[in-house]
Amino acid sequence: MTTTTDLPQAVPFFQRLIAPRWDNWRGALIVFVAGMTVAIALLPPRISFWASAALAGLFAATVVVNAWGRHTGGLLVAPALALLFLMNVFPLLWSFGLSFFNYRANRARAPTWVGLENYANVLSDPDIWDRLHNTIILVIMTVSAQMVVGFLLALLFSKQFPLRRFLLILVLTPMMLSFVAVGAFFRYYYDPTFGLLSQAVRLVTGQQFILMKTVWGSRIGIVFADAWMWSPFVMLLVLAGLVSVPKYLYEAAAIDRVSQWRQFWSITFPYIRGLMLLALLFRTIEAFKLFDLVFLLTNGGPGTATETIALRVYRIAFENNKTSESTALAYILLFTVIVLTNLYLYFATRRAKEAAPA
Amino acid sequence: MTETAADPAAAGSSARPFRQFMSRIGPRRSSTGVGDAGWGRTLFAAIVSFIYFFPVFWIILTSFKTYEDALAVPAKFFFTPTLDNFAQVFSRAYSAGGPVQNTGFALYFFNSLFISGVSVLLALAIGTVAAFGFSRYPLRGNDTYLFMILTTRMLPAIVVIIPIFIMFRVTGLAGTYAGIIALYTVFNLPFAIWMMKSFFDELSPDVEDAARIDGSSDIRVFFKICLPQVLAGLAATAVFGLILTWNEFLFALLLSGVETRTVPVAMSQTIGGDIGVRWGLLAAIETLFLIPVIIVTFALQNQLLRGVTFGTVKR
Repeated sequence: MTTTTDLPQAVPFFQRLIAPRWDNWRGALIVFVAGMTVAIALLPPRISFWASAALAGLFAATVVVNAWGRHTGGLLVAPALALLFLMNVFPLLWSFGLSFFNYRANRARAPTWVGLENYANVLSDPDIWDRLHNTIILVIMTVSAQMVVGFLLALLFSKQFPLRRFLLILVLTPMMLSFVAVGAFFRYYYDPTFGLLSQAVRLVTGQQFILMKTVWGSRIGIVFADAWMWSPFVMLLVLAGLVSVPKYLYEAAAIDRVSQWRQFWSITFPYIRGLMLLALLFRTIEAFKLFDLVFLLTNGGPGTATETIALRVYRIAFENNKTSESTALAYILLFTVIVLTNLYLYFATRRAKEAAPA
Repeated sequence: MTETAADPAAAGSSARPFRQFMSRIGPRRSSTGVGDAGWGRTLFAAIVSFIYFFPVFWIILTSFKTYEDALAVPAKFFFTPTLDNFAQVFSRAYSAGGPVQNTGFALYFFNSLFISGVSVLLALAIGTVAAFGFSRYPLRGNDTYLFMILTTRMLPAIVVIIPIFIMFRVTGLAGTYAGIIALYTVFNLPFAIWMMKSFFDELSPDVEDAARIDGSSDIRVFFKICLPQVLAGLAATAVFGLILTWNEFLFALLLSGVETRTVPVAMSQTIGGDIGVRWGLLAAIETLFLIPVIIVTFALQNQLLRGVTFGTVKR
């Protein structure tokens, strides 16, 4: 797409790809990926790691050089990109390499190349589709709950009133708890005998109440805890939008006798739309990875009804010790998230562009 | 619900003549920011807030309960409070009648403070500079870089954890402060970059251009003009980053050593035991653990909500 804009058109793409120049990051990337594959296949892990790291360094250097000469911004962005590359992209590529081998973390022998076998195994496993189904149900439930609750809370706090500071802190607190504590204590609240929820229900119905017994009960239990914990996050982002609306717009609208409903959609909403889209994006991504709470609350039960994809990955990796297969599954998950995010960003920016000119 | 939904649109239509009259004789309201609501809103907000806060309140209450009180079947709202749980966080006997031992929680609390503090500051510094770069000097393929950064946030932790684990062992970073701080910095970077970029994007370039015309250097423009305008954004980003790192569990579990263990990891190891979960003790740990974050959030709240000043320059 934009790859041909910078260099003269006369130089063919392939020639540029293999040109031994310091700014040829595409070439370096190919060398890095190929070199790493060969290194993992032929050398013992300790040496192959350093060899791969050196090639990664080469790739990083070419990226920096590529940006350096021509962009002031490159200088500013480089430290962040380098760090991200070192701690995120490089391990990512390395584990991508691993997903083509039958590597097991608990075995010492050198892994052998199995090609796409791991992917085939994962995709032909009917359990995976079931887990994906579970994950999607949880994502839809928890994200919509968070958006609604967060938005309503933001509206509640969008005006100045006495003691606002203190009340706001109360609402923000759930977000600051650790997953370990939330998981443990919601299990405590849902406990059939001494749990608060069960006791409250027993008071009304007179019967013992076990929330986690049924599939939908467990789902609601997880979603309730997760949405309770993260609605304040949505609230903060929406609130940041709400307080940034200049007051004179409302005053002008009041003079023109614009209805409340219309004021909201024409004045307030454009200011919070971007931040709401951001909140939606971040929360969806997080919910897709839902692991800690499920792990601590239901451990996937009853049966496997609430086992999410992330939990499944964990099981394959650390309980079955099929490291490579878990990596393959994690990659499928990652790919799904990236595609969905891309679609989302595409539609979000397109709608923003439609709305912007005026 | 519906009542609140209509609220941000300020002046109520039925009371308009009265308000117009009041605005003429009353003190002039500031021209930016949010409207004022009175004690009525406080009452409503207080009810909602307390309901929302209740599970946390119950954790705090439990931290003052004895083991028996915590498991009492009509749940006890009134009981004789005890401070034993808080004392036991730091030193207790591991078996009935056994010697009282130091649990090491003082060190774990220091670790959590040190690791989160340093990594959040680092992420803010690096992320803000990068965000400014992304916002003001668009790179070729800017969106690609930004998207790549966002992608690193989408990673299921499990994809990177195995290679990072091996990488840390090979390089000797496992169990060191440097390793876990570097990891957490990267953990916070994507959010810091995206968040700060959105704040920089909303600043008016006119002011900066004016300063440049007056001969300010780029560095001066950044520190004197842009940075003061995004303080609210910095504070908000810092709070989010702090919350993320403060409570991070999976990486800390696998990558911190005995000396660098953080509180969530230690807390999870407290859950098991011979007499079942000691809810009072667990609650006491969480209560203590919550205090620093609440203090920081409370201290930065003014910045957080002074997004009002931010609105003045916008567009």
